[in-house]
Formats: sequence, structure tokens, C-alpha cells
Amino acid sequence: MGQQQDIYFVPSKSYWPFVAAIVMFVTVFGAAHWLNAEPGEAGFGESLLGIGVLGILFMFFGWFRSVIRESLAGSYNSQVDRSFRMGMMWFIFSEVMFFGAFFGALFYARMYAVPWLGGEGHGVLTHQFLWSDYSAAWGASGGGGPGHVGGHFETVVPWGLPLLNTLILLSSSVTVTIAHHALKAGHRGKVLAFLGFTVLLGATFLYCQAHEYIEAYRELNLTLQSGVYGSTFFMLTGFHGMHVTLGTIMLAVIWLRVLRGHFNKEHHFGFEAVAWYWHFVDVVWLGLFMFVYIL
Amino acid sequence: MAHAATHDHHDDHHGAPKNFFTRWCMSTNHKDIGTLYLVFSLTMLFIGGSFAMVIRAELFKPGMQLVQPYFFNEMTTMHALVMIFGAIMPAFVGLGNWMIPLMIGAPDMALPRMNNLSFWILPFAFTLLLSTLFLPGGGPAGGWTMYPPLSLQGDSVAYVVFAVHLMGISSIMGAINIIATILNMRAPGMDLLKMPVFVWSWLITAFLLIAVMPVLAGAVTMLLTDKYFGTSFFNAAGGGDPVLFQHIFWFFGHPEVYIMILPAFGIISEIIPTFARKPIFGYKAMVFAIASIAFLSFIVWAHHMFAVGLPLGAEIFFMYATMLIAVPTGIKVFNWVSTMWGGSMTFETPMLFAIAFVILFTIGGFSGLMLALVPADFQYHDTYFVVAHFHYVLVTGALFAIIAASYYWLPKWTGRMYSETWGKIHFWNSVIWVNVLFFPQHFLGLAGMPRRIPDYNVAFANFNMISSIGGFLFGASQLIFLGVIVHAVWFSKKKATDRVWEGAKGLEWTVPSPAPFHTFDVPPVIHDEDLAHGHVDH
Ligand code: HEM
Ligand SMILES: [Cu+2]
Repeated sequence: MGQQQDIYFVPSKSYWPFVAAIVMFVTVFGAAHWLNAEPGEAGFGESLLGIGVLGILFMFFGWFRSVIRESLAGSYNSQVDRSFRMGMMWFIFSEVMFFGAFFGALFYARMYAVPWLGGEGHGVLTHQFLWSDYSAAWGASGGGGPGHVGGHFETVVPWGLPLLNTLILLSSSVTVTIAHHALKAGHRGKVLAFLGFTVLLGATFLYCQAHEYIEAYRELNLTLQSGVYGSTFFMLTGFHGMHVTLGTIMLAVIWLRVLRGHFNKEHHFGFEAVAWYWHFVDVVWLGLFMFVYIL
Repeated sequence: MAHAATHDHHDDHHGAPKNFFTRWCMSTNHKDIGTLYLVFSLTMLFIGGSFAMVIRAELFKPGMQLVQPYFFNEMTTMHALVMIFGAIMPAFVGLGNWMIPLMIGAPDMALPRMNNLSFWILPFAFTLLLSTLFLPGGGPAGGWTMYPPLSLQGDSVAYVVFAVHLMGISSIMGAINIIATILNMRAPGMDLLKMPVFVWSWLITAFLLIAVMPVLAGAVTMLLTDKYFGTSFFNAAGGGDPVLFQHIFWFFGHPEVYIMILPAFGIISEIIPTFARKPIFGYKAMVFAIASIAFLSFIVWAHHMFAVGLPLGAEIFFMYATMLIAVPTGIKVFNWVSTMWGGSMTFETPMLFAIAFVILFTIGGFSGLMLALVPADFQYHDTYFVVAHFHYVLVTGALFAIIAASYYWLPKWTGRMYSETWGKIHFWNSVIWVNVLFFPQHFLGLAGMPRRIPDYNVAFANFNMISSIGGFLFGASQLIFLGVIVHAVWFSKKKATDRVWEGAKGLEWTVPSPAPFHTFDVPPVIHDEDLAHGHVDH
């Protein structure tokens, strides 16, 4: 282990973790109530959910504020910095595994479940007894499953908005990297410009994505209920979109922090963590573009 | 003494805060948070245990005895969820919290505030989970494995799914913290391949947790959307497949069972050398065995699904992959025995539980091997044989290791010795009744009694009655455990020495008993006897 001249910072007592646990509980309790509410008794669950979400925002604000204060006060030495880096890296790894579950569902549905329902393989009785007229196919012609759940739908053409979104995200990865290099070189103006540009690209991506969703629902009749095709399509792109939203917010916060002069050439873990996160979101999108849109 | 006792850099506290709320709800101290985890886990052990008593009471005789079938199913489901996520896993995290910083010479966990959040999520998550028992439609009753479409019945789905999400977030944060602590906070000289095996086992377990808890989160999210938002992941009419859930679930589920046993391996590898007064036999082999078990645990999941109708190639692959795990597991058992071989052994309570672990866990491993044989599993699957198998590995395996660890480190935590007499009484009662409880279940399973049913053929009556009697007495024996702990924490007059056990080696024994609120604020100077393996580099 490296030589440690100074001492590892162990924060003193803090109420934020306890607050965090409470607001998380309120949020999910509200959400569960809302999901089970009878048509007549709406209200209680939604209110709790709203309070919980506001509480979470408040908690993040407060918790990070104290962290930023400590950081600016110089409490974090290089060893603490390493802990933060490991924390972020492993968090991103856990996110990769989360997306892995949905990609796994996509591959399984395409490669096994749907072909089996179409009669492929030995002794597949579901086809024989229940849906002998179903011929397996992915996408518009069969992705709704043998029961045509959700009705007839069209799929999104990859070479329009999705391609544009790919280009947007890829260039946003470039701009955030340029901003990072500028930060290390100490050019604050350039950092602000390129980071700001990255935020705008993120927002544009989200705008296009929303547009695509609206079109899918209105014109293509492609919905979350469109059989397993619609399920995998919207769950994968939807969770990705949520991550882009979060990433864009984080980038915007970092932009503000750069404006306030929170970072210097050596000390800017907050910036790097968000940049890593942004690259991760980018890589997930490439997987989506490939396996959800093109193939 | 190997450490300098300067705590003066802390901005506001030298000892534990006086105010109750401040101390326990706002803590950033790994020892206090470890205690919280352990107390929570013990509470859950008794709650989950009381559900098990309901199950055994209903099964005492054939015919419907006490409860409604739906309630019975709720009990089996809740018993498993509470024990797995509420008792066993938090106990290991609590032990890790307490001991890892002490064993590697760190001032605390790497991310102390997140540590507190990891803990405090749990009481809320279990409030959510247990509250479903009082819902108008009742709680979850489809088994802890939550297979759709059965598990999608009722209104409790959302509550259960969100509770699982919360537990997952807690586990992932706890695991990240442990990895960062082990990789980043070791005192100079505590190289990776010189660390205690317990620390190694937690490093690998933490990796497993981060890898599979998100997969479980994904699986239950799909349940949620299938139930409430009309998706078709597990609906064949929409092109999905209920078997898909089983794949995703067991991709989590099998590593999960190793999450519950690897830290136990670590604990046993600490206790046996202490009471055999010999270093662990084959230190590196022990570490590599844990790593290879962890690796293999990712490619065996479908052994839980042999009977579901997998393609032949898959059955064969998963059968052989599963049996491969017996190799590293065998290495571990061999090395524990070799550590004891020729040692000058004494049999204090932790050692008794550790020896019982080695023998009884191995029985569980053998029944696992039987289940791994595809043709045999067609017969055994979903019978009481499976129940017997996993209770041997989880109760006499994981739980016995946790109990052994509690006796082993209790003097370090409290500064007082527990009552050895009552510890031994607890041990003998536990070890006898647990076998009366679970051994007959092997026979029941082989004879064809299905699991998760409230009533059964009269042919199974005798063994069930024996099993229930064992169950009640095993449950009652754990009240002795509670008594021993209460006595050791508040009433015992016998002070513990710093080293506590004559043969104990390692950094945790160089600090006073009870361990002061802050330890190793300055990295300690490590000596050879503080290392599990090798020498200090000069
Ligand atoms: C020697 C290594 C092991 C082998 C070969 C093995 C094999 C198996 C097999 C094949 C099954 C499926 C049986 C069936 O449902 O038909 C099973 C079930 C199970 N095993 Fe193991 N096992 C081993 C070790 C463990 C360990 C160490 C644990 C936990 C600490 C464990 C916990 C479980 C549990 C909880 C189940 C039942 C899950 C359920 O259906 O509810 N096993 N085991
Ligand atoms: Cu398994």
C-alpha cells in the first residue's frame, strides 16, 4: 500500500443516511399503494409518492452539499479519493448487470421463447396444442406473440431518429472528453463550453426519444403492451432514457460546480464520476441500437 | 501494542455519542453499524423462526391442523424471504462491518455514511415486506422464488417487489463499501495474499453481490410490469415465457446461495486455526477455492430447473458444471480437517459449532451432489429432499457459522466472556435437535413428499412428527442463545483479555476488549503473527 502522510477522513455523524432511508420507504410505499388503488380511492398513493420523490431530491441536495463542503475544505486525501473512485466504478458495474437482465430477456425471447412458440425444437407442445397457426417471427409480424397481444403494430425504423440519437450520444461522449482534457489543462472557459454542449446534446437526445415514443404510440401502435417485443423495446429504451435523464441532470450540476470553481486540475473526482457514467450510458445505447433497433 | 492511540483528529467525538438517536441513527462508526446489523439479524431470526414454528405445527400431523392453506403458503414464502434477506445476509454484513476494519488495520469502512444508509434501508424494507401479511388480500404466497404466474396473484406483488428492490440497494451499497474497504484501506504490510481468509471470503462475496443483486432487481421489475403495466415477459400469449423468469431468477439465485455460504467458509477458516493452534492448512488453496466456487456459481443456475423441460444439451452442461463445484468445496473441507490434524485442540463453544459446521455442511454438500444428477433430480425435485439439502447447508452451514462467529468475537465486542457452560448447552441442544429436525426430511423427500404443502399422505406421518418435535426443540434452543448473549452483554462478570483466545492470531486481537470506539486511526505496525499467511516485508 502507498505511503499515507495524512489521515483517512472518517465523517462525523450525519442524519442524511437516515433521512434517505425514510424517503426511499415513503416513495416505494406510495408507489405500491398507487399501483393497487381502486379507481375510486385514488389520491393517497400518489401523494405519498410525490412526497417521497421530493424528499429524495431534498436528501440528495443536502447530502451532496455536505460532501461538497468537505471536499472544498480539503478533507479528502488521495486515499479517500480512491474509495470514491472504486465506489463509482462498482456502482456502474451493478448498473451494467441490471441492464444485462433485460438484454438477457431480449435474447431469450428472440432466440428461444418465440421460436419455440412457433413450433421449433422437439416436443414443443405449446405450439401444437394452443397456437398451431402461429409462425414465429420477431418484430411487426410476430413480436406480439401467438395471442397478438396489443394488436398489430409497426416497428421503429432504425435509420431515422434512432440513428440521429446514436450520433448525438456519440458526439456527446466526445465533447465531455474534450471538457475533461480542458479541465486538466485548466481552461475553465473551454470546460464550460464543452460541458454545456454535452448537456444540450443529452437534452436533445431526450427530446428525440420522447418524440419517438409519441410516434410509436400514436402512429405505429407500438406500445409497452405490444407483446414481448413491446415489453423489451420499451423497458430497455425506457430504462436507458431514465439513465440519460439522470446523467443529463448530473452533467448540469457539474456544469454549475465548474462555474463556481469547485474543481481544479488535480481535484475533480465529481466531474470524472459523471463522465464515466455518461460513457456507460453511451455504451448501453450502442447495445440498444444494435440489438433493439437494427437486428 | 501495535497501534498508536491517537484519535484527536476527529472533529467532534472521541467516544460514542451519548444521545441514543444520534448514536444509532446517525452513525458513521463501523462497530455501531455492525452492532445494528447483528441486532436486526437476530430479531429477524426470531421472526422468521416463528413462521417456521407455524409450518412445523401444521405439519405435525396429517390433515389440516391449525391454519388455512393460503396462510400456510404465506408462511413458507415469508419464512424464506425473512431468513435469507433478513437474518443470514445482514448477519454476515454485520460481522464484516465489525471485523474487516479490525482485521486489516483500517480506521473504519471506506464510505461510512453510505454504510449507515445500507443498514437503515433494511428495517424499512422489512416493515414493507411484513406489512403485506396484514393486507386485505394477504401477503405473498407463491414461494420465495416468486415464479410467475403464481406469484402474480394478489395485491401484495408491488409491496414485495419494492421491498426486494430496497434490500437489493442495501446489499449493493454494503458490498461496494466492503470492496472499497478491503482494496483501499489495508494497513501497510497487509498485502492481499496475507489477509485473513474471512476478509478474502467477503471480498469475493461482495463481488458476487454486486454482480447478481441487480439481476434480481431486473427480474422482479419484470414481474411488476407484467402485473401492473401489461408487459408480456412471462406471458406465452405475448411471446414471453414463464421459464424466462426462472432463468433470470436462478442466475441470481445460485450465486445468492454462495453469498450465504462463502463468508461462513471465511469464519470457519478463522476459528479452526485458533482452537487447533495451527495456521490454516493451504492458505492459498483456500483463497483460490473460494474464488473458483464464486466463478463456477455463475454457470450452474439451471440445476434448479432440471425438471422444467430444458433442452438435453443444457441439462448435461449444467449437471457437469454443478458437479465441478464439489472439487473446490472438497478442497476446503480437506483443508479444515488438515488444519485440525495434529493440532492441540480445545473445544470451546465457537470450535464446537465450527466442527459441527464441517461435518453437517458436508452432508448438505453430498445431498446437493445427489440433486445435481439430472435423472435423480427428476425424482427429488420439489420434494422434501431439497428442503433437507438446503437446510443442511443453510442452517447447519451458514447459521452455525454465524453463531460460531458470535461466540468467537463476542468477548472482543463486549469485553466480557459469555458463559461457556451455557454456550455448550446451547451447542448440544442445537446440534442434536437440528438433526432430528432435518434428517428425516431426506427420507420424506426420497419417499415422495412434495415441499410447500400444508397436508400430506398419512404414509409420511411418523417422520413429519419427528421432524416437528426436532423443530420445536431447535427453536426453543435458540432462546438459550438469546440468554447467553444478554448475559454476556449486560451481566457477565468475567472480563475478556485482549487476545481472548490463547491461540488467536490477527490484528483484531491486538486492540483492547471491548474494542474502543475508534481503532487504527493511525495505521498499525504489522507483525508476522498478525498475518494469516507469509511474513511482513522489511
Ligand atoms: C456441493 C454443492 C452444492 C450442490 C451440488 C447443490 C445442488 C443443488 C441442486 C441441484 C438444487 C436443486 C434441487 C431441486 O430443486 O431439484 C439445490 C437446491 C438448493 N440449494 Fe444447493 N447445492 C450445493 C450447495 C448449496 C449451498 C452451499 C447452499 C446454500 C448455502 C445451497 C442452497 C440451496 C437452496 C436454498 C436450494 C433450494 C432452492 C429452492 O428451490 O428454494 N446449496 N442445490
Ligand atoms: Cu444452486
